[in-house]
Amino acid sequence: MTLMNEPIKRAEVKPKYCRFKKNGIKYIDYKDPDFLLKFVNEQGKILPRRLTGTSLKFQKKVARAIKRARHLALLPYTGDSLK
Amino acid sequence: MKNYETVFILNPVLSEDQMKDAVDKFVNVLKKANAEVINLEQWGLRKLAYPIQHKSTGFYIFVEFNADPGVVDALETEFRRDESVMRFLTTVLDKHAVAYNERRRKGEFNKNKDGKKRKAEEEPAR
Repeated sequence: MTLMNEPIKRAEVKPKYCRFKKNGIKYIDYKDPDFLLKFVNEQGKILPRRLTGTSLKFQKKVARAIKRARHLALLPYTGDSLK
Repeated sequence: MKNYETVFILNPVLSEDQMKDAVDKFVNVLKKANAEVINLEQWGLRKLAYPIQHKSTGFYIFVEFNADPGVVDALETEFRRDESVMRFLTTVLDKHAVAYNERRRKGEFNKNKDGKKRKAEEEPAR
């Protein structure tokens, strides 16, 4: 027996990708709250890029769309269990 | 001329006639200002995500139009003056948005139902 630490098998880390770049989506519609729901957490907060993998360019557009949707009461500003 | 779209929410306590009058009023503001109305959609009574003026529903109207930039100011002044308008939002459309709206108008998303499906298929669970 050696005292070497055995490597722990971690779940393989899948590389993240920007879904908008990959799928060629160029415009994010603020009128589609069900789609925007993918980019907020249960409380209605916008998820960071490091979790969704969205590129900076589209993260800005997502944020703008969510804020517009909130103004029109299509998305809540705060919530308890959105999902 | 630029491309714009406006969504506004009317008070749900209005009668249908009052609703129609209000919509006509705003469309006429646009027409008088030589704006070209491309699309007018009424989404009907929808539930609001949070209460506005103690109301939990609202009547959504969506207008797409081409106009000179000054027209937007005139339209928004009218919105502010009218008490039956609970919320409004006017946005300029860039070329991608114009393309998107054209597809939307042709019913390619079938009021976004197909679009949702398409997006859902593309999107494996995170």
